[in-house]
Amino acid sequence: VNQLDTLEAKSVHILREAYRSLGNVCMLWSIGKDSTVLLHLARKAFFGHVPIPLVHIDTAYKMPEMIEYRDRLALEWHLNLVVGQNRTALEEKATFPDGNVDRIACCRNLKTLALKHTLSGEWTRQRMDHTLGRLVDDEDHTPYTGVIVGVRADEEGSRSKERYFSPRDVENDWNVDDQPPELWRYFKTDFEPGTHVRVHPLLDWTELNVWEYIERESIPVTSLYFDDGTGTRCRSLGCWPCTSPVQSTATNVPEIIEELRTGKFSNIAERSGRAQDKDDGGGLESLRRGGYM
Amino acid sequence: MRPPDDTSTAAAAPSRPAPAPSSRPPQSDPPSAVSAFDLERLDIVAVGHVDHGKSTVIGRLMADTGSLPDGKLDAVRAMCATNARPFEYAFLLDALKNEQAQGITIDTARCFFNTANRHYIIHDAPGHVEFLKNMITGASRAQAALLVIDAHEGVKENSKRHGYILSMLGIRQISVLVNKMDLLGWDEASYAAIVEEYADFLGRLGVHPQSFIPVSARDGDNIVERALSAPWYDGPTVLEQVEDFQRLDDDLERPFRMPLQDVYKFTAAGDERRIFVGTVETGRVRPGDDVVFLPSGKRSTVSTIEALSGPRPDEAFAGQATGLTLETQVYAKPGELMVRADEAGPLMATRLRANVFWMNSAPLVRGRRYVLRLGAARVPVELESVLSVLDEQELESVTGAGQVERHDVAEIVLRAIRPVAFDPADVLEPTSRFVIVHGWDTAGCGIVLEGLPDATDDTGAERRFAGGDVSPEERATRYGHAGRAVVFVGESDEAAGLAAAALERRLFDRGVHSYCLRVAALGDDKDVLGREAHLRRLGEIAWAMTDAGVVLVAALGDVDRFDLAELRALAAPHEVYVIGSGDAGDLDADLELPASLAADAAAERALDALAAAGVVPVAPG
Repeated sequence: VNQLDTLEAKSVHILREAYRSLGNVCMLWSIGKDSTVLLHLARKAFFGHVPIPLVHIDTAYKMPEMIEYRDRLALEWHLNLVVGQNRTALEEKATFPDGNVDRIACCRNLKTLALKHTLSGEWTRQRMDHTLGRLVDDEDHTPYTGVIVGVRADEEGSRSKERYFSPRDVENDWNVDDQPPELWRYFKTDFEPGTHVRVHPLLDWTELNVWEYIERESIPVTSLYFDDGTGTRCRSLGCWPCTSPVQSTATNVPEIIEELRTGKFSNIAERSGRAQDKDDGGGLESLRRGGYM
Repeated sequence: MRPPDDTSTAAAAPSRPAPAPSSRPPQSDPPSAVSAFDLERLDIVAVGHVDHGKSTVIGRLMADTGSLPDGKLDAVRAMCATNARPFEYAFLLDALKNEQAQGITIDTARCFFNTANRHYIIHDAPGHVEFLKNMITGASRAQAALLVIDAHEGVKENSKRHGYILSMLGIRQISVLVNKMDLLGWDEASYAAIVEEYADFLGRLGVHPQSFIPVSARDGDNIVERALSAPWYDGPTVLEQVEDFQRLDDDLERPFRMPLQDVYKFTAAGDERRIFVGTVETGRVRPGDDVVFLPSGKRSTVSTIEALSGPRPDEAFAGQATGLTLETQVYAKPGELMVRADEAGPLMATRLRANVFWMNSAPLVRGRRYVLRLGAARVPVELESVLSVLDEQELESVTGAGQVERHDVAEIVLRAIRPVAFDPADVLEPTSRFVIVHGWDTAGCGIVLEGLPDATDDTGAERRFAGGDVSPEERATRYGHAGRAVVFVGESDEAAGLAAAALERRLFDRGVHSYCLRVAALGDDKDVLGREAHLRRLGEIAWAMTDAGVVLVAALGDVDRFDLAELRALAAPHEVYVIGSGDAGDLDADLELPASLAADAAAERALDALAAAGVVPVAPG
C-alpha cells in the first residue's frame, strides 16, 4: 500500500465523517493546489457529487487566472460555489495595496473578517447560479457551523499541532493548550451548540504528496503554478500584491515534482513567497489565532 | 539498515556541555529519485517522561538526517542567542510561542522526515501527565514507538504508564531509548540495570521491545551516528531501528469488517445508486460476496464496488475508504458492522468486559449514561462494575474501586442498552477499539476483551408508578376489550402516522376506548441518549395507557427490533401489537402490510387483523 492511497483513504473518511456528523458544513476553496486536491477528494468521497458548499473568499486582489479557473470548475463539476468578500473594507480602501494599512491588517480585513462574516451569514454571500452561469446574491443567510480546510501540518509550526476535527469558540479562538483527544478513527464529532468546528482532512499530506496526487489523478490546477516563460512561478498562491514567485522553470506537474524530489526547495519554506508571514514574526501564529486558516 | 557512517563520526561533537549544533554536514542519504507512489509512509510516536529528552531526540534525528531547512536551525540559534539561552535541539520543535515559554511539549506535533527508503511522520507526544490525552492522540496514529527514558533518573511512573498505554493502544513495535548516557559516563553496568528493570516491567504487560538503545541525544550519539564512547554496544542506532520498523499490513488476511459510516443516495443527475460507505478495517470483499449487517442481522450480496471514475474495482480491502452497492434493497443503518457471511463473524453482546483509559476530569461512575462509540456504532452504555484499577507504581491491580478516575487504567464491565457487534482484542484488534463519550467529550478509550452473558436481572425500567385497585380484567369487562398498544412501524414516519390516525378513527367509531398518540420522530444516532430517553418516555406512556384499558395507537418511523424489544419490555405485562410496512421483515411484526398501501386501506387491514386476533371486538352484525 503506497502512501498516496493511505492518505487518500484517511482524507475521504474524514470528509464523510464531517458530512455525516456536522450540521451545516462548508468547505473552503482558496483555488490553490491544496484545497483543489481537497475538492477532488470530496468528489471521490461522494462519488462525483459534492454535497458540501464550497466557500471562496474573494479579496479582490486574487490573480484573474484564479477567478477564471474557479468559475470554470464550478460550472463543469456542478459545484455549489459560495463567494464572500469584505465589501466595506474595499470601498473604504482599508487595504495594503491602497497604502492605508499594513499587510497583517490587510489580511485581517480581506480574509479573516470576510471569512468570519461569510461563514456566519451576516454579510451577503454570492452563489453560483448554474442556469445563468454567473454569481448572484444569495438569499440564504444560514450560518455554517463547520468548515473543512485544506491546511497541512508540514506547512508551518502551528499547523503541525492541529487536530483533524478542531473546535473553535465563538470568537474563532483556538485553544491549542487544551485540544480534544483524537483516537484511531474516532474524531470528536460531539459539540456543544454554538461551537464552530474546523475539519482538516489534509493534515498528514506534504507538499510533495499533493503534487504527486495531482499528477496521479490528473487534477486541473491553475497555470500560475507553472513557469510562464519568465523563469519564475508561484509556489503558494495568494493576493498578487503580497505573493512573489520562486525561481523555477517548471512548466508542468512532473517538473514540479522533480524539483521537490531533488530538494531544490528543501531550504526554502513553501510559504516564503507570502509576505504577510514575515510580517507576523516569522509564523502565522497571531493571524491564525485570530481565525486565519 | 544503513551501516554506520564512520568518516563523519570523526567530526562528531566534543562533549557536554557544549553541544555542537550542526557544525557537521547533514548525514542524510542523497535525495531520492524514487516516487512517493512507491514509497510507504510510517507513523512513529515518540513518548517519554517530561525532561527525559524526547524532543531533543527528534530534533537531533531531523537535523542529522538533513531534514530541516537550513534557515530553521539558524533561526532557532539566533532566537536562543537573543534570549541568552543555551541552544537545544528541542527548541526546533517548539513551534508555538506559548510552548517555548513553558519549555514542555503540550500537544502532539507532527515532524516530517524522509530517508531513501521511506517517508516518516514522527509524532512528538508530550510527556507531562497533564497532557496524557495528547500523548494518546499522537500514539494512536502510530505503528511504532520510541520510548525515551532518562538514564540519570531511571524509570519513572510516567515511563511505566506510557509503556502500558502503548500496549493498550496496540502498538507492537517499541524501541526504548536510554537517553543522557553521557551523564553516566556511558557506564555499561548502569545501562544494563535500567534495561533490566524496564524490560521486566514491560514483559509483565506482554510488551517486548524490539531494542534498547543507549543514546545521548544532545550529543547526537547513537542517533544517526554511532557513539564512540560505547564500544560495548553493538545494537542499532536510532535511525537504523526506525528504518527497521515494519508497516503492519496483515489486516488484509483477516476477516472482513467494515463499520457502516453512511448510506448515500444522491439523486442529482439521475443517480439511482444507493451506496453503503465506510473504511474497511480488516479483510477484503468482492462483488458476489454475501454480507451481513450487525447487530440487525440484515443480509444481502455485494453488487458493485463504486468509484469516482474509471472501471469499477473488483475488490475493496483493509485500509480503503470505499463504497458499495447491494443486490437487494436493505435498510441497513449507519453504525452497523458489515461482515462477510462466509467468514468468522464478530461477537454480539450487551455486557462487555473491557480495558479502559479514562481522560476526563469527571470520573467514570455508575448510574450515568455514556455513549459508547465502537466502529461506526453509537450506543448508550452504563458502567456496571469496576473489576480492577491498575497501580502503575507496582503494576498491581487494585480491586474494590467504585469508579475510574482521570488517568486511571482499569478493567471494567460496561452494559449497553442494545447489543454491540465487536471482536475481542486478542482476536481482531481494530474492531475491539472503542471510545466513551461523556457530554460532548471523548472521555475514555479502550479495547473490548470479551462479551459477557446478558444480565438476568430486569434490565428494563425500574417501575416508577403503579395502578390502583381496579384490575385489568374488570376494565376489560366494562370496556369490552383489554388495553393494548398498537404500533405502526415503517421507513416513513409520515405514512405510519397517517395510518395510525386512520385506525384510531375506526376504533373509536366501533366503540373502542382508543387514543392516537402522535410521537415525534425518534431521531437518528447522532443523539443516541436523546433518542433513548424519547423511546423510554413512549414506553412508559404505553404502559400507563394500556394499564388504563385503552387501545393506544402510535406510529414510529425509523425503529429496529432492539427498539421494539425495549418498548415491549417497558409496556409489560401489557402486550404491544406491531404492524410493519415495507421492509419490516426483521422486526417480527404481528402484521405486515405492503409499503404501497394508503393510510385508509392500511387502517382497514389493521382493524380486521386486530379483530381477528381478538384484540378488539368484531364489527356488530
